[in-house]
Amino acid sequence: MRITQGTFSYLPDLTDEEITSQLDYALGHGWAVSVEFTDDPHPRNNYWDMWGLPMFGLADPAGALREINECRQAYPDRYIRVCAYDSRQGRQTFALSFLVNRPAQEPGFRLDRQEAADRRVRYTIHPYALDRPAGTRYSGPP
Amino acid sequence: MSGPSDHAASRPLFALPTPPAQAPAGPEADQPPAVPEPLPDDATVDLAAERAAAGVDEIIEALDRDLVGLRPVKTRVAEIASLLLIDRLRGRFGLSAGAPSLHMCFTGNPGTGKTTVALRMARLLHRMGYLRRSRVVSVTRDDLVGQYVGHTAPKTKDVLNRAMGGVLFIDEAYYLYRADNERDYGQEAIEILLQYMENYRDDLVVIMAGYADRMETFFSSNPGMSSRIAHHLDFPDYSLDELVAIGELMLRERRYRLSPEAESVFRDYLARRMTQPRFANARSVRNALERARLRHANRLIAANGTPAKDDLMRLEPADFLASRVFSS
Repeated sequence: MRITQGTFSYLPDLTDEEITSQLDYALGHGWAVSVEFTDDPHPRNNYWDMWGLPMFGLADPAGALREINECRQAYPDRYIRVCAYDSRQGRQTFALSFLVNRPAQEPGFRLDRQEAADRRVRYTIHPYALDRPAGTRYSGPP
Repeated sequence: MSGPSDHAASRPLFALPTPPAQAPAGPEADQPPAVPEPLPDDATVDLAAERAAAGVDEIIEALDRDLVGLRPVKTRVAEIASLLLIDRLRGRFGLSAGAPSLHMCFTGNPGTGKTTVALRMARLLHRMGYLRRSRVVSVTRDDLVGQYVGHTAPKTKDVLNRAMGGVLFIDEAYYLYRADNERDYGQEAIEILLQYMENYRDDLVVIMAGYADRMETFFSSNPGMSSRIAHHLDFPDYSLDELVAIGELMLRERRYRLSPEAESVFRDYLARRMTQPRFANARSVRNALERARLRHANRLIAANGTPAKDDLMRLEPADFLASRVFSS
């Protein structure tokens, strides 16, 4: 199942040129670009690993694109996203964040039911990828 | 929610209705970005119009006007501008030779205008469409080389990423390599720099600057660096006449002028200053003028008169004669 997270997630995967123009847009607004990756696709997973520090003081997207490509090379089978951080007072949040890489096979999610007190049922979603240990979730035979 | 076998459903059902990706597109819809048709072999192009469109003459003229002397440097800048222009014209005919390597090395004594020319060069290359930005990131050894193992590479890469699309100006580049300490992290920075200079030639122009003799040693110990730099520009020292012209230019910018008597004193001052140690060409001229401004201000305050506009602009011989240069 194709994960949709962040901006542009319903579009086909962005090409490098499209990523470059998005980066250009972000840098033009003075947002600091950073690259993050993870192999836990749960939508509530906020703690992605950082690929280096956020790139402050960047002027041109070429440098950021280089970092993205290095990250892709190191982790071809992880989710990689680009975040653009708006540091202005009162904003101080990610202004833009989109996926730039995804594993070839995305196993999707299952719905778990948990029986709680008074026959109440709680629902939770569980990524199939999480059944395997971290680091091997998307590589090797399914 | 779909199961693990459900890879086929690549789009969730609640997605916005979008046209199917494989829809037969119109004839123009899926074309790559328009590449203009190469001109026919017998066509000609208007060189003068091209020059005007690129705005090269403007920059070259400004360089000629604002910088005194530096004949060899100006010639080389004009040559580079011509090369880029002709390259662009060749592109029209489909004769692509690949982006020329434009990494440069500026050697010369202190105060000969290396930094100023680097800034101009960035603007020129930007105007010619070789660089995407007319931005210069100016760094020294401290910005590139780390303090402990594993610190250098991220630091250098960070600087290089920041400079992407523009010019990276490395002042006193020979400090990067310290021959006496073979475990110095400078070597690591040089290797990363070389890799970038080779792989990101379209995105980055590296300009190194330093004193001629020490750059020579630097290059002899890093032959890879020397061969990757296409343009070695030597900045000659200024002659006395050029220094006087520089001083007059600086005064004009600051809205001052020399009285006729002060002109000869100023010339005499420069002639004496040139023979003294630690003479830094244009920088010494600037410092001399700054000190003359101080004395000029002090003189007016001490006189306690009613200065007119001209008095506020005019530097007198006394403003220079008080200098240490005349006392020795």
